[in-house]
Amino acid sequence: MQPAALVTVENVDRSFGSVTAVRDLSFSLHSGEVLGFLGPNGAGKSTTMRLITGNLPASAGTITIGGYDLQQDPVPARRLFGYLPDTPPLYRDCTVREFLHFCGKLHGLGRQQLPQAVDRCVERCGLGDVGNKLIAHLSKGFQQRVGIAQAIVHDPELIILDEPTVGLDPRQIDEIRQLIRELGRSHSLLMSTHILSEVQAVCSHLLIINKGERVLHSALADLDQTEVQIRYRAAFNRPPDSDQLARLAGVGPVSPDEQGGYQIEFSERQTGIDALLSASLEQNWQLTELAPIHPSLEQLFLQITDAPASTATADPPAP
Amino acid sequence: MIALAIARMELLSLLRSPLAWATLSSVCALLAWLFLLRIDQYVLYQSQLLALAHPPGVTELVVTPLFGSAGLILMMVLPVITMRCFADQERAQTLTLLTSAPVSLTSIVVGKYLGICAFLGLILVLLLAMPLSLTGATKLDFGLLGAATLGITLLLNSYLAVGLWASSLTQHPAAAAMLSFGLLLTLWLLESASAEPGDTAALAQLSTLTHFQALLSGLVNTADLAYFVILSLLALGLTVLRLHHKRHCS
Repeated sequence: MQPAALVTVENVDRSFGSVTAVRDLSFSLHSGEVLGFLGPNGAGKSTTMRLITGNLPASAGTITIGGYDLQQDPVPARRLFGYLPDTPPLYRDCTVREFLHFCGKLHGLGRQQLPQAVDRCVERCGLGDVGNKLIAHLSKGFQQRVGIAQAIVHDPELIILDEPTVGLDPRQIDEIRQLIRELGRSHSLLMSTHILSEVQAVCSHLLIINKGERVLHSALADLDQTEVQIRYRAAFNRPPDSDQLARLAGVGPVSPDEQGGYQIEFSERQTGIDALLSASLEQNWQLTELAPIHPSLEQLFLQITDAPASTATADPPAP
Repeated sequence: MIALAIARMELLSLLRSPLAWATLSSVCALLAWLFLLRIDQYVLYQSQLLALAHPPGVTELVVTPLFGSAGLILMMVLPVITMRCFADQERAQTLTLLTSAPVSLTSIVVGKYLGICAFLGLILVLLLAMPLSLTGATKLDFGLLGAATLGITLLLNSYLAVGLWASSLTQHPAAAAMLSFGLLLTLWLLESASAEPGDTAALAQLSTLTHFQALLSGLVNTADLAYFVILSLLALGLTVLRLHHKRHCS
């Protein structure tokens, strides 16, 4: 039997005036999943996050967390998650520790548990050196960490992060991803982003929405084999004709690109790569580059929206 | 109690903002000036007052008008303190911290209210210190002083409740301040209806000034106390309703 889902979203609609932000959205998140919630800017990601955390009422549909209806039993439902909104809700006049202490209290931690809980999440989020600094004086990267820290101080079952890496520099993004990956090992996690590589780096499941509608919900492992045809870029010192390449075993369509190389789709990946390498050696094409082109979100979108409806709405297998 | 934790945080962040200290210092300076002015006048006319059969005391001539002015001055000041509570937090998107936590809306509203009440306590201590500084020099009418203190405390607490409601109605702090000032001034001015003939006189019973004046004159009447308690509870209730509406009704 499939275990009860931690979060269920059923036929949820939300419109602002005449604009529909979320349309008939349904999905579920099971315990232990790390769900990446992906979509271009303005797709309705943040609206959905606000709906799931009960900060915005749905126009229609129901949302339950841990079996509690968010509208009927908001308080027990809220005990189960920690939430980082797109703008971290930080009290700038407080020190990091004061703030986390307050957040712990808000989530009902007792006097005995509080100091330990604050210490643990300060350490976990790498805030040890800035614990007694005012939040207003921290850099954006550290403020984002404090934002994550306030979402995990009470060790919730579910962590909900809305675009946790937006506006950070590459090093900070890397550090935050590292942190999220660690959190994902011990918690269920729902994270929104508009960066595909972030989902690939961190998540076990993927939910894509576009214009407020679900486009795809799948386990990441299934996605690699079925949905996304990864293309390769090859470059040579003495380039052959595209016809010569296309004739090789396992090689699908070949198209030249602007830099004088080729974009190759393999019908059978391993056979194709082997054939390409040996042909390059035999005929002295002098292969200089062979690398997979990870599809950008836009390409993935095009592929998915072009795909037949039956595969696009396939549900993820039970964990 | 979560409401107490929220109250503590509200007070703490208020006391760390320059707004609190600018308010405290200017209110204190203004009231002290009015106080000294009254004392000067009292000393000037003291000999003539003694000629009267029942001369009014220093409490009646100095303290009552001082508290009366404080009621008016703080009507302009307290909306600036209360405007932060919801409007400012909503604008800075920090209110999400409270509304996403497993905390009832009532606890949030009560917590914030208690927090700014504690700040109001500071203002009241400063205000009360002025008449009390006279204890060594002259005889105060402690009965009258007590009634007046009760009156100003209740009045200012109702200002805070109304201001809190106004703050929950908009995301613009300045608009919230203007709104609560407008509401409070209207409630205050309704007193003038008592001068009109006919049914409109009943309107004066809705005025904060009518009930405040009764307490200032030393009359502690259940009706006046109930008025302020009901006004405050009504405003706080409306604030909870407003937050509830925002959360549950699309």
